[in-house]
Amino acid sequence: MTQINIAIQQFLGAIGHLAFDFLAQIGRIALFGMSALRHMVTGPFYPREFFTALVQIGWFSLPVVGLTAVFTGGALALQIYAGGARFSAEAVVPSIVAIGMVRELGPVLGGLMVAARVASSIAAELGTMKVTEQIDALQTLSTHPMKYLAVPRILAATLSMPILVAVGDAIGIMGGYLVGTHRLGFNAATYLKNTVDFLEAWDVGSGLIKGAVFGFIVALLGCYHGMNSGRGAQGVGRATKSAVVGASVLILASNYLLTEVFFTS
Amino acid sequence: MITLNSVHKSFKDKHVLRGITLEIPRSGSLVVIGGSGTGKSVLLKCILGLVTPDQGQILLDGKDVSVGNREAFLDRFGMLFQGGALFDSLNIWENVGFRLRRGPKALNKSDARDKAIEKLRRVGLGPEVANLYPAELSGGMQKRVGLARAIATAPEIIFFDEPTTGLDPIMAGVINDLIREIVTEMGATAVTITHDMTSVRAIADQVAMIHDGTIKWHGTVSQMNETTDPYVDQFIHGSATGPIAALR
Ligand SMILES: Nc1ncnc2c1ncn2[C@@H]1O[C@H](COP(=O)(O)OP(=O)(O)O)[C@@H](O)[C@H]1O
Ligand SMILES: [Mg+2]
Repeated sequence: MTQINIAIQQFLGAIGHLAFDFLAQIGRIALFGMSALRHMVTGPFYPREFFTALVQIGWFSLPVVGLTAVFTGGALALQIYAGGARFSAEAVVPSIVAIGMVRELGPVLGGLMVAARVASSIAAELGTMKVTEQIDALQTLSTHPMKYLAVPRILAATLSMPILVAVGDAIGIMGGYLVGTHRLGFNAATYLKNTVDFLEAWDVGSGLIKGAVFGFIVALLGCYHGMNSGRGAQGVGRATKSAVVGASVLILASNYLLTEVFFTS
Repeated sequence: MITLNSVHKSFKDKHVLRGITLEIPRSGSLVVIGGSGTGKSVLLKCILGLVTPDQGQILLDGKDVSVGNREAFLDRFGMLFQGGALFDSLNIWENVGFRLRRGPKALNKSDARDKAIEKLRRVGLGPEVANLYPAELSGGMQKRVGLARAIATAPEIIFFDEPTTGLDPIMAGVINDLIREIVTEMGATAVTITHDMTSVRAIADQVAMIHDGTIKWHGTVSQMNETTDPYVDQFIHGSATGPIAALR
Protein backbone atom coordinates (compact mmCIF):
# COMPACT_ATOMS: atom_id res chain seq x y z
CA MET A 1 0.00 0.00 0.00
CA THR A 2 2.65 2.48 1.03
CA GLN A 3 4.70 1.44 -1.98
CA ILE A 4 1.83 2.26 -4.29
CA ASN A 5 1.44 5.59 -2.54
CA ILE A 6 5.12 6.38 -3.06
CA ALA A 7 4.91 5.37 -6.71
CA ILE A 8 1.88 7.63 -7.21
CA GLN A 9 3.65 10.48 -5.47
CA GLN A 10 6.70 10.08 -7.65
CA PHE A 11 4.55 9.95 -10.75
CA LEU A 12 2.65 13.10 -9.79
CA GLY A 13 5.92 14.73 -8.79
CA ALA A 14 7.37 14.04 -12.21
CA ILE A 15 4.33 15.54 -13.91
CA GLY A 16 4.51 18.57 -11.62
CA HIS A 17 8.16 19.04 -12.50
CA LEU A 18 7.40 18.89 -16.20
CA ALA A 19 4.61 21.42 -15.79
CA PHE A 20 6.85 23.79 -13.83
CA ASP A 21 9.68 23.43 -16.33
CA PHE A 22 7.25 24.13 -19.14
CA LEU A 23 5.89 27.27 -17.47
CA ALA A 24 9.38 28.46 -16.59
CA GLN A 25 10.42 27.98 -20.20
CA ILE A 26 7.42 29.97 -21.45
CA GLY A 27 8.36 32.73 -19.02
CA ARG A 28 11.97 32.81 -20.19
CA ILE A 29 10.89 32.94 -23.82
CA ALA A 30 8.51 35.79 -23.04
CA LEU A 31 11.28 37.71 -21.28
CA PHE A 32 13.59 37.07 -24.22
CA GLY A 33 10.90 38.33 -26.59
CA MET A 34 10.41 41.48 -24.54
CA SER A 35 14.12 42.13 -24.46
CA ALA A 36 14.24 41.63 -28.25
CA LEU A 37 11.48 44.19 -28.71
CA ARG A 38 13.30 46.65 -26.46
CA HIS A 39 16.52 46.23 -28.44
CA MET A 40 14.55 46.66 -31.65
CA VAL A 41 13.66 50.24 -30.80
CA THR A 42 17.02 51.27 -29.36
CA GLY A 43 19.83 51.33 -31.91
CA PRO A 44 22.25 50.62 -33.33
CA PHE A 45 20.52 48.80 -36.15
CA TYR A 46 22.51 46.48 -38.44
CA PRO A 47 21.10 46.80 -41.98
CA ARG A 48 23.49 44.29 -43.51
CA GLU A 49 22.43 41.60 -41.06
CA PHE A 50 18.79 42.54 -41.62
CA PHE A 51 18.94 42.23 -45.41
CA THR A 52 20.85 38.95 -45.22
CA ALA A 53 18.15 37.62 -42.90
CA LEU A 54 15.43 38.95 -45.19
CA VAL A 55 16.85 37.02 -48.13
CA GLN A 56 17.46 33.88 -46.08
CA ILE A 57 14.10 33.88 -44.36
CA GLY A 58 11.78 35.52 -46.88
CA TRP A 59 13.08 34.85 -50.34
CA PHE A 60 14.39 31.33 -49.88
CA SER A 61 11.18 30.21 -48.14
CA LEU A 62 9.07 31.07 -51.20
CA PRO A 63 9.41 27.66 -52.94
CA VAL A 64 8.52 25.73 -49.78
CA VAL A 65 5.53 27.91 -48.99
CA GLY A 66 4.37 27.93 -52.63
CA LEU A 67 4.53 24.15 -52.98
CA THR A 68 2.72 23.62 -49.70
CA ALA A 69 0.00 26.05 -50.75
CA VAL A 70 -0.64 24.69 -54.22
CA PHE A 71 -1.15 21.12 -53.01
CA THR A 72 -3.21 22.22 -50.05
CA GLY A 73 -5.49 24.34 -52.23
CA GLY A 74 -5.96 21.45 -54.63
CA ALA A 75 -6.75 18.94 -51.88
CA LEU A 76 -9.10 21.42 -50.23
CA ALA A 77 -11.08 21.76 -53.46
CA LEU A 78 -11.43 17.99 -53.77
CA GLN A 79 -12.54 17.59 -50.14
CA ILE A 80 -15.03 20.42 -50.15
CA TYR A 81 -16.48 19.16 -53.41
CA ALA A 82 -16.91 15.68 -51.96
CA GLY A 83 -18.32 17.03 -48.71
CA GLY A 84 -20.55 19.57 -50.42
CA ALA A 85 -21.97 16.88 -52.72
CA ARG A 86 -23.61 15.25 -49.71
CA PHE A 87 -26.08 18.11 -49.51
CA SER A 88 -25.89 19.33 -53.09
CA ALA A 89 -23.75 22.31 -52.22
CA GLU A 90 -20.87 21.76 -54.65
CA ALA A 91 -21.08 25.40 -55.68
CA VAL A 92 -19.48 26.55 -52.43
CA VAL A 93 -16.10 25.10 -53.45
CA PRO A 94 -14.51 28.34 -54.76
CA SER A 95 -15.51 30.50 -51.81
CA ILE A 96 -14.70 27.92 -49.11
CA VAL A 97 -11.35 27.16 -50.69
CA ALA A 98 -10.54 30.86 -50.69
CA ILE A 99 -11.75 31.49 -47.16
CA GLY A 100 -10.10 28.36 -45.80
CA MET A 101 -6.85 29.22 -47.49
CA VAL A 102 -6.55 32.87 -46.47
CA ARG A 103 -7.94 32.55 -42.97
CA GLU A 104 -6.40 29.29 -41.78
CA LEU A 105 -4.37 27.08 -44.02
CA GLY A 106 -2.24 29.73 -45.70
CA PRO A 107 -0.89 31.22 -42.48
CA VAL A 108 -0.81 28.02 -40.42
CA LEU A 109 0.75 25.67 -42.94
CA GLY A 110 3.04 28.44 -44.19
CA GLY A 111 4.02 29.16 -40.60
CA LEU A 112 4.72 25.50 -39.87
CA MET A 113 6.81 25.11 -43.02
CA VAL A 114 8.77 28.24 -42.18
CA ALA A 115 9.18 26.94 -38.63
CA ALA A 116 10.73 23.77 -39.99
CA ARG A 117 12.98 25.66 -42.37
CA VAL A 118 13.86 28.85 -40.52
CA ALA A 119 13.59 28.14 -36.79
CA SER A 120 15.89 25.16 -37.29
CA SER A 121 18.48 27.02 -39.31
CA ILE A 122 18.52 30.04 -36.98
CA ALA A 123 18.85 27.79 -33.92
CA ALA A 124 21.62 25.73 -35.49
CA GLU A 125 23.53 28.80 -36.66
CA LEU A 126 23.28 30.74 -33.41
CA GLY A 127 23.81 27.56 -31.39
CA THR A 128 27.04 26.91 -33.23
CA MET A 129 28.06 30.51 -32.65
CA LYS A 130 27.32 30.04 -28.97
CA VAL A 131 29.32 26.84 -28.52
CA THR A 132 32.29 28.17 -30.49
CA GLU A 133 32.30 31.29 -28.28
CA GLN A 134 31.45 33.60 -31.19
CA ILE A 135 28.63 35.12 -29.15
CA ASP A 136 31.04 35.80 -26.29
CA ALA A 137 33.43 37.30 -28.81
CA LEU A 138 30.70 39.61 -30.12
CA GLN A 139 30.22 40.98 -26.63
CA THR A 140 33.91 41.61 -26.11
CA LEU A 141 33.84 43.56 -29.37
CA SER A 142 31.20 45.84 -27.84
CA THR A 143 28.39 44.47 -29.98
CA HIS A 144 25.18 43.35 -28.33
CA PRO A 145 24.26 39.84 -29.52
CA MET A 146 20.59 40.69 -29.15
CA LYS A 147 20.89 43.68 -31.49
CA TYR A 148 23.31 42.08 -33.91
CA LEU A 149 21.90 38.55 -34.11
CA ALA A 150 18.34 38.41 -32.79
CA VAL A 151 16.76 41.73 -33.83
CA PRO A 152 17.61 41.49 -37.56
CA ARG A 153 16.29 37.92 -37.78
CA ILE A 154 13.12 38.58 -35.79
CA LEU A 155 12.37 41.73 -37.74
CA ALA A 156 13.02 40.03 -41.08
CA ALA A 157 10.79 37.07 -40.21
CA THR A 158 7.98 39.26 -38.87
CA LEU A 159 7.99 41.45 -41.97
CA SER A 160 8.46 38.77 -44.60
CA MET A 161 6.01 36.20 -43.24
CA PRO A 162 2.86 38.21 -44.20
CA ILE A 163 4.22 38.50 -47.71
CA LEU A 164 4.90 34.77 -47.80
CA VAL A 165 1.37 34.15 -46.55
CA ALA A 166 -0.08 36.44 -49.23
CA VAL A 167 1.86 34.60 -51.91
CA GLY A 168 0.80 31.27 -50.41
CA ASP A 169 -2.84 32.39 -50.35
CA ALA A 170 -2.74 33.29 -54.03
CA ILE A 171 -0.99 30.08 -55.00
CA GLY A 172 -3.34 27.99 -52.86
CA ILE A 173 -6.40 29.57 -54.42
CA MET A 174 -4.83 28.92 -57.78
CA GLY A 175 -4.34 25.28 -56.80
CA GLY A 176 -8.03 25.05 -55.94
CA TYR A 177 -8.89 26.78 -59.20
CA LEU A 178 -6.82 24.33 -61.26
CA VAL A 179 -8.39 21.31 -59.59
CA GLY A 180 -11.84 22.92 -59.73
CA THR A 181 -11.71 23.70 -63.41
CA HIS A 182 -9.78 20.67 -64.64
CA ARG A 183 -10.98 17.88 -62.40
CA LEU A 184 -14.36 19.00 -61.02
CA GLY A 185 -15.81 20.61 -64.11
CA PHE A 186 -16.21 24.18 -62.84
CA ASN A 187 -16.48 26.98 -65.33
CA ALA A 188 -13.32 29.09 -65.08
CA ALA A 189 -15.06 32.45 -65.01
CA THR A 190 -17.67 31.35 -62.46
CA TYR A 191 -14.98 29.91 -60.22
CA LEU A 192 -13.03 33.16 -60.18
CA LYS A 193 -16.15 35.26 -59.71
CA ASN A 194 -17.26 33.15 -56.73
CA THR A 195 -13.82 33.36 -55.23
CA VAL A 196 -13.68 37.12 -55.44
CA ASP A 197 -17.30 37.83 -54.55
CA PHE A 198 -17.35 36.00 -51.26
CA LEU A 199 -13.93 36.92 -50.01
CA GLU A 200 -13.78 39.84 -47.58
CA ALA A 201 -10.81 42.05 -46.88
CA TRP A 202 -10.75 41.00 -43.24
CA ASP A 203 -10.45 37.33 -44.27
CA VAL A 204 -7.19 38.18 -45.96
CA GLY A 205 -6.08 40.77 -43.42
CA SER A 206 -6.54 38.49 -40.42
CA GLY A 207 -4.44 35.84 -42.16
CA LEU A 208 -1.68 38.32 -42.81
CA ILE A 209 -1.66 39.41 -39.17
CA LYS A 210 -1.46 35.76 -38.18
CA GLY A 211 1.46 35.44 -40.56
CA ALA A 212 3.31 38.30 -38.89
CA VAL A 213 2.76 36.76 -35.45
CA PHE A 214 3.93 33.34 -36.66
CA GLY A 215 7.00 34.88 -38.27
CA PHE A 216 7.83 36.57 -34.97
CA ILE A 217 7.37 33.27 -33.12
CA VAL A 218 9.55 31.32 -35.54
CA ALA A 219 12.51 33.69 -35.35
CA LEU A 220 12.07 34.28 -31.62
CA LEU A 221 12.20 30.58 -30.83
CA GLY A 222 15.11 30.03 -33.20
CA CYS A 223 17.09 32.84 -31.59
CA TYR A 224 16.15 31.92 -28.03
CA HIS A 225 17.12 28.27 -28.30
CA GLY A 226 20.19 29.02 -30.40
CA MET A 227 21.56 31.68 -28.06
CA ASN A 228 20.88 29.46 -25.04
CA SER A 229 22.24 26.33 -26.65
CA GLY A 230 23.96 23.75 -24.47
CA ARG A 231 27.56 22.78 -24.98
CA GLY A 232 28.89 20.77 -27.90
CA ALA A 233 27.25 19.27 -30.95
CA GLN A 234 24.61 17.64 -28.75
CA GLY A 235 23.66 21.01 -27.32
CA VAL A 236 23.18 22.45 -30.80
CA GLY A 237 21.14 19.42 -31.83
CA ARG A 238 18.85 19.83 -28.84
CA ALA A 239 18.52 23.57 -29.44
CA THR A 240 17.48 22.96 -33.04
CA LYS A 241 14.90 20.38 -32.08
CA SER A 242 13.46 22.54 -29.30
CA ALA A 243 13.23 25.53 -31.62
CA VAL A 244 11.23 23.65 -34.25
CA VAL A 245 8.96 21.87 -31.78
CA GLY A 246 8.45 25.01 -29.69
CA ALA A 247 7.74 27.20 -32.70
CA SER A 248 5.26 24.70 -34.14
CA VAL A 249 3.34 24.30 -30.91
CA LEU A 250 3.29 28.03 -30.26
CA ILE A 251 2.09 28.69 -33.80
CA LEU A 252 -0.82 26.29 -33.41
CA ALA A 253 -1.73 27.57 -29.95
CA SER A 254 -1.52 31.23 -30.92
CA ASN A 255 -3.47 30.47 -34.10
CA TYR A 256 -6.33 29.27 -31.96
CA LEU A 257 -6.14 32.33 -29.72
CA LEU A 258 -5.97 34.73 -32.67
CA THR A 259 -8.90 33.02 -34.38
CA GLU A 260 -10.84 33.31 -31.14
CA VAL A 261 -10.03 37.02 -30.94
CA PHE A 262 -10.63 37.79 -34.61
CA PHE A 263 -13.79 35.82 -35.36
CA THR A 264 -15.91 35.46 -32.25
CA SER A 265 -17.81 38.57 -31.31
CA MET B 1 44.15 47.57 -12.01
CA ILE B 2 41.91 44.53 -11.67
CA THR B 3 41.19 43.06 -8.26
CA LEU B 4 39.51 39.72 -7.68
CA ASN B 5 38.16 39.07 -4.25
CA SER B 6 37.31 35.51 -3.34
CA VAL B 7 35.55 34.71 -6.60
CA HIS B 8 33.53 31.48 -6.76
CA LYS B 9 31.91 29.82 -9.75
CA SER B 10 30.21 26.46 -10.07
CA PHE B 11 28.62 24.76 -13.04
CA LYS B 12 25.91 22.47 -11.69
CA ASP B 13 27.75 20.54 -8.94
CA LYS B 14 31.18 21.18 -10.42
CA HIS B 15 32.88 23.77 -8.23
CA VAL B 16 35.38 25.31 -10.66
CA LEU B 17 36.54 28.52 -8.97
CA ARG B 18 36.72 28.21 -5.19
CA GLY B 19 37.73 31.62 -3.99
CA ILE B 20 40.12 33.27 -6.42
CA THR B 21 41.87 36.28 -4.91
CA LEU B 22 44.25 38.06 -7.24
CA GLU B 23 45.59 41.50 -8.06
CA ILE B 24 46.36 42.22 -11.68
CA PRO B 25 48.61 45.29 -11.80
CA ARG B 26 48.30 47.92 -14.50
CA SER B 27 50.71 47.97 -17.43
CA GLY B 28 52.27 44.64 -16.78
CA SER B 29 52.12 41.13 -18.03
CA LEU B 30 50.56 38.45 -15.86
CA VAL B 31 50.69 34.85 -16.97
CA VAL B 32 48.24 32.36 -15.51
CA ILE B 33 49.34 28.75 -15.51
CA GLY B 34 47.59 25.63 -14.30
CA GLY B 35 46.40 22.25 -15.46
CA SER B 36 43.74 22.01 -18.13
CA GLY B 37 40.21 22.18 -16.81
CA THR B 38 41.20 24.12 -13.70
CA GLY B 39 39.10 27.13 -14.69
CA LYS B 40 41.59 29.49 -16.28
CA SER B 41 39.31 30.36 -19.18
CA VAL B 42 36.35 30.67 -16.83
CA LEU B 43 38.38 33.12 -14.75
CA LEU B 44 38.93 35.44 -17.71
CA LYS B 45 35.27 35.18 -18.68
CA CYS B 46 34.26 36.12 -15.15
CA ILE B 47 36.30 39.30 -15.34
CA LEU B 48 34.70 40.20 -18.66
CA GLY B 49 31.22 39.42 -17.35
CA LEU B 50 30.64 36.67 -19.91
CA VAL B 51 30.23 34.30 -16.98
CA THR B 52 28.60 35.57 -13.80
CA PRO B 53 30.43 34.56 -10.62
CA ASP B 54 28.33 32.97 -7.89
CA GLN B 55 30.16 34.82 -5.16
CA GLY B 56 32.95 37.33 -4.69
CA GLN B 57 33.86 40.66 -6.15
CA ILE B 58 35.71 41.78 -9.25
CA LEU B 59 36.89 45.38 -9.36
CA LEU B 60 38.38 47.39 -12.19
CA ASP B 61 40.12 50.50 -10.88
CA GLY B 62 38.19 50.05 -7.65
CA LYS B 63 34.77 49.90 -9.31
CA ASP B 64 32.64 46.77 -9.39
CA VAL B 65 32.64 45.43 -12.96
CA SER B 66 29.05 44.21 -12.79
CA VAL B 67 27.63 47.73 -12.45
CA GLY B 68 27.87 50.68 -14.80
CA ASN B 69 28.04 51.05 -18.55
CA ARG B 70 28.94 47.69 -20.01
CA GLU B 71 29.88 49.02 -23.45
CA ALA B 72 32.34 51.50 -22.03
CA PHE B 73 33.75 48.76 -19.81
CA LEU B 74 34.21 46.28 -22.66
CA ASP B 75 35.70 48.97 -24.90
CA ARG B 76 38.76 48.89 -22.66
CA PHE B 77 39.28 45.16 -23.24
CA GLY B 78 40.48 42.89 -25.99
CA MET B 79 40.20 39.12 -25.79
CA LEU B 80 41.72 36.27 -27.72
CA PHE B 81 39.52 33.23 -27.14
CA GLN B 82 41.03 29.80 -26.71
CA GLY B 83 39.27 28.51 -29.81
CA GLY B 84 39.77 31.69 -31.83
CA ALA B 85 36.01 32.37 -31.95
CA LEU B 86 36.18 33.96 -35.38
CA PHE B 87 32.86 34.88 -36.98
CA ASP B 88 32.54 32.34 -39.74
CA SER B 89 30.08 34.41 -41.73
CA LEU B 90 32.65 37.20 -42.12
CA ASN B 91 35.94 37.07 -43.99
CA ILE B 92 39.29 37.51 -42.29
CA TRP B 93 39.70 41.26 -42.62
CA GLU B 94 36.09 41.85 -41.58
CA ASN B 95 36.80 39.77 -38.50
CA VAL B 96 39.92 41.71 -37.62
CA GLY B 97 38.29 45.03 -38.44
CA PHE B 98 35.01 44.21 -36.71
CA ARG B 99 35.35 46.71 -33.92
CA LEU B 100 37.10 49.30 -36.10
CA ARG B 101 33.93 49.56 -38.17
CA ARG B 102 31.60 50.42 -35.30
CA GLY B 103 31.15 52.93 -32.55
CA PRO B 104 31.69 56.67 -32.59
CA LYS B 105 35.22 56.37 -33.98
CA ALA B 106 34.22 54.00 -36.78
CA LEU B 107 36.56 53.87 -39.76
CA ASN B 108 35.32 53.66 -43.33
CA LYS B 109 35.60 50.38 -45.16
CA SER B 110 38.92 50.89 -46.92
CA ASP B 111 40.66 52.39 -43.86
CA ALA B 112 39.41 49.53 -41.71
CA ARG B 113 40.66 47.03 -44.28
CA ASP B 114 44.10 48.68 -44.39
CA LYS B 115 44.32 48.68 -40.63
CA ALA B 116 43.18 45.06 -40.44
CA ILE B 117 45.85 44.03 -42.95
CA GLU B 118 48.47 45.87 -40.92
CA LYS B 119 47.38 43.98 -37.79
CA LEU B 120 47.44 40.70 -39.71
CA ARG B 121 51.02 41.42 -40.72
CA ARG B 122 51.95 41.82 -37.06
CA VAL B 123 50.78 38.28 -36.34
CA GLY B 124 52.66 36.91 -39.33
CA LEU B 125 49.83 36.72 -41.86
CA GLY B 126 50.04 38.28 -45.33
CA PRO B 127 47.37 40.31 -47.14
CA GLU B 128 46.49 37.25 -49.25
CA VAL B 129 44.43 35.86 -46.35
CA ALA B 130 42.34 39.04 -46.01
CA ASN B 131 39.51 37.87 -48.24
CA LEU B 132 39.48 34.24 -47.16
CA TYR B 133 36.94 32.89 -44.68
CA PRO B 134 37.91 31.42 -41.28
CA ALA B 135 37.02 27.88 -42.38
CA GLU B 136 39.71 28.15 -45.07
CA LEU B 137 42.52 28.69 -42.54
CA SER B 138 44.40 26.23 -40.35
CA GLY B 139 43.80 26.24 -36.60
CA GLY B 140 47.05 28.09 -35.90
CA MET B 141 46.24 30.72 -38.50
CA GLN B 142 42.77 31.20 -37.03
CA LYS B 143 44.34 31.69 -33.64
CA ARG B 144 46.55 34.43 -35.01
CA VAL B 145 43.60 36.12 -36.72
CA GLY B 146 41.85 36.06 -33.35
CA LEU B 147 44.90 37.70 -31.85
CA ALA B 148 44.93 40.38 -34.54
CA ARG B 149 41.26 41.04 -33.82
CA ALA B 150 41.91 41.32 -30.08
CA ILE B 151 44.61 43.97 -30.53
CA ALA B 152 43.02 45.81 -33.47
CA THR B 153 41.76 48.79 -31.50
CA ALA B 154 44.77 48.82 -29.15
CA PRO B 155 42.70 48.26 -26.00
CA GLU B 156 44.36 48.96 -22.67
CA ILE B 157 43.71 45.51 -21.19
CA ILE B 158 44.14 42.39 -23.30
CA PHE B 159 43.46 38.76 -22.40
CA PHE B 160 45.18 36.04 -24.36
CA ASP B 161 43.79 32.53 -23.84
CA GLU B 162 46.51 30.10 -24.94
CA PRO B 163 47.89 32.30 -27.73
CA THR B 164 50.64 29.92 -28.82
CA THR B 165 48.84 26.57 -28.56
CA GLY B 166 48.84 24.96 -31.98
CA LEU B 167 51.60 27.16 -33.39
CA ASP B 168 55.00 26.02 -34.62
CA PRO B 169 57.93 27.10 -32.39
CA ILE B 170 58.98 29.95 -34.67
CA MET B 171 55.47 31.40 -34.91
CA ALA B 172 55.09 30.93 -31.15
CA GLY B 173 58.22 33.05 -30.73
CA VAL B 174 56.78 35.75 -32.97
CA ILE B 175 53.58 35.84 -30.93
CA ASN B 176 55.48 35.91 -27.62
CA ASP B 177 57.49 38.88 -28.88
CA LEU B 178 54.32 40.60 -30.03
CA ILE B 179 52.64 40.25 -26.64
CA ARG B 180 55.77 41.51 -24.89
CA GLU B 181 55.90 44.46 -27.30
CA ILE B 182 52.25 45.35 -26.68
CA VAL B 183 52.98 45.53 -22.97
CA THR B 184 56.26 47.42 -23.10
CA GLU B 185 55.57 49.77 -26.02
CA MET B 186 51.87 50.45 -25.69
CA GLY B 187 51.74 50.15 -21.91
CA ALA B 188 48.90 47.68 -22.10
CA THR B 189 47.94 45.27 -19.35
CA ALA B 190 48.15 41.70 -20.56
CA VAL B 191 46.81 38.55 -18.93
CA THR B 192 47.94 35.44 -20.75
CA ILE B 193 46.97 31.83 -20.17
CA THR B 194 49.53 29.35 -21.35
CA HIS B 195 50.90 25.88 -20.74
CA ASP B 196 54.12 26.63 -22.54
CA MET B 197 56.96 27.40 -20.13
CA THR B 198 58.99 29.07 -22.91
CA SER B 199 56.09 31.47 -23.37
CA VAL B 200 55.86 32.07 -19.65
CA ARG B 201 59.48 33.16 -19.52
CA ALA B 202 59.17 35.24 -22.68
CA ILE B 203 55.97 37.06 -21.71
CA ALA B 204 55.57 37.23 -17.96
CA ASP B 205 56.37 39.88 -15.42
CA GLN B 206 54.32 37.96 -12.91
CA VAL B 207 53.06 34.42 -12.80
CA ALA B 208 50.01 33.06 -11.02
CA MET B 209 49.30 29.40 -10.71
CA ILE B 210 45.74 28.17 -10.37
CA HIS B 211 44.96 24.78 -8.88
CA ASP B 212 41.88 23.35 -7.21
CA GLY B 213 40.00 26.56 -7.89
CA THR B 214 42.34 28.87 -6.01
CA ILE B 215 45.54 30.75 -6.74
CA LYS B 216 48.11 28.35 -5.33
CA TRP B 217 51.11 30.53 -6.04
CA HIS B 218 51.80 34.07 -7.25
CA GLY B 219 55.15 35.75 -7.91
CA THR B 220 57.62 37.05 -10.44
CA VAL B 221 59.36 34.93 -13.04
CA SER B 222 62.62 34.86 -11.11
CA GLN B 223 60.77 33.89 -7.96
CA MET B 224 59.13 31.14 -9.96
CA ASN B 225 62.51 29.78 -11.05
CA GLU B 226 63.69 29.62 -7.46
CA THR B 227 60.54 28.56 -5.70
CA THR B 228 60.37 25.35 -3.76
CA ASP B 229 56.59 25.27 -4.01
CA PRO B 230 55.84 21.68 -4.96
CA TYR B 231 52.89 22.58 -7.21
CA VAL B 232 54.80 25.11 -9.28
CA ASP B 233 57.83 22.88 -9.35
CA GLN B 234 55.85 19.95 -10.67
CA PHE B 235 54.16 22.11 -13.26
CA ILE B 236 57.25 23.80 -14.67
CA HIS B 237 59.16 20.55 -14.83
CA GLY B 238 56.23 18.63 -16.18
CA SER B 239 56.75 15.70 -13.85
CA ALA B 240 54.09 13.04 -13.47
CA THR B 241 54.72 12.70 -9.75
CA GLY B 242 53.97 15.42 -7.24
CA PRO B 243 51.06 17.00 -5.41
CA ILE B 244 49.07 17.51 -8.63
CA ALA B 245 47.38 14.18 -9.31
CA ALA B 246 47.91 12.84 -12.80
CA LEU B 247 45.28 10.11 -13.07
CA ARG B 248 46.11 7.32 -15.45
N1 LIG C 1 29.64 27.10 -19.66
C1 LIG C 1 30.03 26.02 -18.95
N2 LIG C 1 29.13 25.12 -18.52
C2 LIG C 1 29.51 24.04 -17.80
N3 LIG C 1 30.77 23.77 -17.46
C3 LIG C 1 31.73 24.62 -17.86
C4 LIG C 1 31.41 25.80 -18.63
N4 LIG C 1 32.56 26.46 -18.89
C5 LIG C 1 33.54 25.74 -18.30
N5 LIG C 1 33.06 24.64 -17.69
C6 LIG C 1 33.82 23.65 -16.93
O1 LIG C 1 34.68 24.35 -16.07
C7 LIG C 1 35.93 23.71 -15.99
C8 LIG C 1 37.04 24.70 -16.28
O2 LIG C 1 36.99 25.07 -17.63
P1 LIG C 1 38.05 26.03 -18.30
O3 LIG C 1 38.09 27.31 -17.60
O4 LIG C 1 37.72 26.07 -19.76
O5 LIG C 1 39.41 25.23 -18.08
P2 LIG C 1 40.88 25.69 -18.51
O6 LIG C 1 41.60 25.95 -17.25
O7 LIG C 1 41.46 24.52 -19.24
O8 LIG C 1 40.75 26.90 -19.38
C9 LIG C 1 35.90 22.55 -16.96
O9 LIG C 1 35.70 21.38 -16.22
C10 LIG C 1 34.72 22.83 -17.83
O10 LIG C 1 34.11 21.64 -18.24
MG1 LIG D 1 40.99 27.17 -21.26
